[in-house]
Amino acid sequence: MSRWKIDRRKLVATLAGVAMTLVLCASSLVLAQEPQNEFKPMTEVPIETLPAMPLLYIAYAFVWVALLGYVFMLWQRVGRVERELAEVNEKLRSARR
Amino acid sequence: MRLANRVVPFLLLAAAAMFVRAPFMIEAAPIESTMGVIQKIFYFHVPSAAASFLGAFVCGIASAIYLWRRSRTADHLAVSGAELAVVFGLIVLVTGPLWARKAWGVWWQWDVRLTMTLVMWMIFVAYLLLRRFGGPGSEVLSAAVGVFGMALVPFIYVSVNYWRTIHPNTNVVRSLPPEMSEPFRWAMIAFMLLFAALLIVRTRLEAGRAALEEAYVSLED
Repeated sequence: MSRWKIDRRKLVATLAGVAMTLVLCASSLVLAQEPQNEFKPMTEVPIETLPAMPLLYIAYAFVWVALLGYVFMLWQRVGRVERELAEVNEKLRSARR
Repeated sequence: MRLANRVVPFLLLAAAAMFVRAPFMIEAAPIESTMGVIQKIFYFHVPSAAASFLGAFVCGIASAIYLWRRSRTADHLAVSGAELAVVFGLIVLVTGPLWARKAWGVWWQWDVRLTMTLVMWMIFVAYLLLRRFGGPGSEVLSAAVGVFGMALVPFIYVSVNYWRTIHPNTNVVRSLPPEMSEPFRWAMIAFMLLFAALLIVRTRLEAGRAALEEAYVSLED
């Protein structure tokens, strides 16, 4: 029974890692422009509209969110490990007594 | 390590102050003539790439030391460097396509610089997955992966100068006019300070994990 025991947290972390890698690779393929295979004439010339500002804001917002998120996550992890270490050390001390 | 831990709050405070001021400096910087306002992504994109490369170097060099001397501190540094290479690399891989969409009309180009950066990022993701799920002995295998990941960095850097690509080459940084180079340097220093602080904290976490593992073993004995 214990042979096939699966650590859920590890499984979720693995799946998340694999999914993130796949999304990144797939998005580059999906978002890549298709080659043009025919030319069609048109009567009205449209105005080129691809505003830069939203892309710029998204980029800066992502940088801030990613960095703040990582700093927060790191602090949580350090806190958790140090708390657990203190608890185990306490158990060790009481076991030695 | 104690001294390094004491330095962390100052590094973080300085980085935070610089990050708060950076958008004002970037906003005041002139608009580039060919790409327009979207070129301002450069001020965070390039320092992120530099931090990612630095993480790769830290991981590669520490991994080589670990392979040579089996130093545990080097191993902890290698894991920290790899994780930072992934975090800052993700920023590069997200901000780059946003810039490319406006400047080139496409989100992604399979050119040498972009493809090699993606490959390097995936190598460090593989490194971290190996460390987490590789079981006992994965330190040695992942150290070799780390060295290979680092070896890609110089090729990525010079790729734009030797292969045909639409990515701006390395000369753009050297030729920046003062009104553009000032916010760029500012952002670069901010990223480096943050990198140093995160590296120290992440190494502390890794040392803590190793100590915890040892403590559990002692408790079982």
